[in-house]
Amino acid sequence: MAATGDPVLEVRDLVKHFPVTQGVLARRQVGAIRAVDGVSFDLRRGETLGIVGESGCGKSTLARLLMALERPTSGSVRVGGREITRAKGAELKQVRRNIQLVMQDPYTSLNPRMTVGDIVGEPYEIHQDVLPRGRRRRRVQELLEIVGLDPDHADRYPHQFSGGQRQRIGIARGLALRPEIIVCDEPVSALDVSIQAQVVNLLGRLQQEFGLSYIFIAHDLSVVRHISDRVGVMYLGKVVELGRDADIYGRPEHPYTRALLSAVPVPDPDGRERRERIILQGDPPSPADPPSGCRFRTRCWKARDVCAQQEPPLQVRPGASHESACHFPELYPVPRPY
Amino acid sequence: MTGITGGTPSMLPAWGGGAVPRNEPLLAVEDLHVEFATRQGAVKAVNGVDYTLEAGETLAVLGESGSGKSVTAQAIMGILDTPPARVTRGRVLFRGTDLLGLSEENRARVRGRRIAMIFQDALSALNPVFTVGWQIGEMFRVHQGASRRDAERRAVELMDRVRIPGAARRLHDYPHQFSGGMRQRIMIAMAVALEPELLIADEPTTALDVTVQAQIMELLTEIQRESGMGMILITHDLGVVADAADKIAVMYGGRIVEHALVHDAYRAPAHPYTRGLLDSIPRIDRKGRELHAITGLPPNLLDMPPGCSFAPRCPYRQGDCAVEAPPLHRIGPTRGSACHYWREVLDGSHG
Ligand SMILES: Nc1ncnc2c1ncn2[C@@H]1O[C@H](COP(=O)(O)OP(=O)(O)OP(=O)(O)O)[C@@H](O)[C@H]1O
Ligand SMILES: Nc1ncnc2c1ncn2[C@@H]1O[C@H](COP(=O)(O)OP(=O)(O)OP(=O)(O)O)[C@@H](O)[C@H]1O
Ligand code: SF4
Ligand code: SF4
Ligand SMILES: [Mg+2]
Ligand SMILES: [Mg+2]
Repeated sequence: MAATGDPVLEVRDLVKHFPVTQGVLARRQVGAIRAVDGVSFDLRRGETLGIVGESGCGKSTLARLLMALERPTSGSVRVGGREITRAKGAELKQVRRNIQLVMQDPYTSLNPRMTVGDIVGEPYEIHQDVLPRGRRRRRVQELLEIVGLDPDHADRYPHQFSGGQRQRIGIARGLALRPEIIVCDEPVSALDVSIQAQVVNLLGRLQQEFGLSYIFIAHDLSVVRHISDRVGVMYLGKVVELGRDADIYGRPEHPYTRALLSAVPVPDPDGRERRERIILQGDPPSPADPPSGCRFRTRCWKARDVCAQQEPPLQVRPGASHESACHFPELYPVPRPY
Repeated sequence: MTGITGGTPSMLPAWGGGAVPRNEPLLAVEDLHVEFATRQGAVKAVNGVDYTLEAGETLAVLGESGSGKSVTAQAIMGILDTPPARVTRGRVLFRGTDLLGLSEENRARVRGRRIAMIFQDALSALNPVFTVGWQIGEMFRVHQGASRRDAERRAVELMDRVRIPGAARRLHDYPHQFSGGMRQRIMIAMAVALEPELLIADEPTTALDVTVQAQIMELLTEIQRESGMGMILITHDLGVVADAADKIAVMYGGRIVEHALVHDAYRAPAHPYTRGLLDSIPRIDRKGRELHAITGLPPNLLDMPPGCSFAPRCPYRQGDCAVEAPPLHRIGPTRGSACHYWREVLDGSHG
């Protein structure tokens, strides 16, 4: 779907540090986990921004900050032009109607003791003024129908549904308040490929129909490519590359993006012997003690002295097609797009 | 390569023609059935699995969650809890000897030493209260009567081999002090410690990031190349399969519904379920369009339908499918499909 008009979500210099404390009686702060460390981007109406990166790079923390479920250390998040990071009470409630979260695990994110109808209708209990009580049941049935579930199953419990169906229940709940933005944190990771496809298709159809904007967080790079208009690559709390999907997958500039994409196994055995692959050595460093300068330098094969001294900002460099945070970006397309 | 690329049966090699008598395969699973006794009744988890594996080969076992991949592996390893589990039929021939007929004592001698297994979740498979050095060393102490010092020395060698940086220093660390990828390497170190002839890897990389997955798969392939062990790789990642497997076995409802050389299966699947799986992968040229999805639900193992268990979800279904269960049709020397209409599927017509 083509993105249009003004941004519905604006994120600027967003930072979240979790304190690391020591001592039993007098806990004192000895450091900080820099889970999200200076992230900026816009999301426009009808657009999908994919976020990829390895475990622990800060994707879920970012999602929680966007939802105002977590207070940032600094920085700003504007939803529909309104700052949410300092919003409280009624104002916060108002903003939250516009941005909803769909979480990873369809097995644990639904309350097992609530019926599906109550789960999907719960947002109306929290936001009493949205819909009169008498019309809620009908509306819940409509929502179930929209996500392809049998409306007559509203009285069943989550365990009576399959994983893919449970993920649909979570999506129906996310749609209840007619938000403009849905943040999906690994929405299909726990599902089998064939069921993954159903949920991805559903998200696409809903976007067409309601003009939704998505933040789509996943570690499956081929699913992200399929659904995203733009993609942001995160490493140790920072966005290291941001661009249109064709640019990220076709001419990745940051060495980390190249390594990440080349590590994805290609589902085609033909020519596998000749496939080139960058195998990164070691693990990502601890976010409590990130390397100086460029955070990727400890695993980067192109690192030079300047990489340890100066942090490369995220920007469009001469000859580049999109933003990346590397002093020495790769500027040629990959031989075969990932 | 005896590739069958959407051809007609007349193009197939003569069945069994001029077969040379061969040695026993490394592993041959024949008509394996496993049930679990539950309060609701017998859960028929494995319903006739057949596959073979030669030394040095990698067989990938694919299939959706609950299709019986792990239970089959546990039956081969002899680590099913019995009861509730019961092997009701079948044989597991390891170099010609039926493991199911061995005494528990003899079986324990095979396990770990000649057949080893790696589990998906390395954290829960390692013991949190012992150091990793002690746990790796235990393989040598228990199975080979090595002294404590000798076991420790060999543990360091192994940790080096699976590329744990600073192995000697990390010998006395506990599992929680390692990252997920390193714990999986430690599991691999323990599994290959006694140079097994067969390694069963049950989702060895599912919990890991792609970059770590690439490291682990490279390590496994390298160890296999050096030692010539056979490997059963259980996974639902069609990319990992395409990268690493020599042949594949696709499971559905506790059965093998297709087995083939990996190139043949990816080029032209011979079972509607395999086809559905391959079609559901997001590919670059399908961007912006709907993905193919297999609709419907997996079969209820408490109440398996008569006929073909895939019938309720199958786009190739005909009238007789719900009545008559398809046998595993032999399609050439290296391939089989449990579908009455495998010819149509192979031709790619309709569906
Ligand atoms: N409440 C918290 N207190 C302390 N540290 C935290 C907290 N939440 C997250 N972290 C740390 O912040 C970092 C980022 O975590 P986050 O969950 O955002 O990663 P992620 O990218 O979502 O990873 P995954 O792919 O594994 O879900 C990690 O190092 C994590 O341990
Ligand atoms: N102890 C048990 N009691 C009853 N049923 C069981 C038991 N263990 C396994 N099963 C059932 O046997 C079937 C096969 O399980 P198995 O673990 O082999 O699936 P799998 O193919 O490995 O799936 P996954 O991809 O989720 O690991 C499942 O339906 C499961 O519910
Ligand atoms: S800035 Fe230097 S270390 Fe960082 S990615 Fe670029 S080349 Fe590598
Ligand atoms: S036997 Fe019939 S129902 Fe079963 S897979 Fe083949 S065509 Fe489909
Ligand atoms: Mg997360
Ligand atoms: Mg399993």
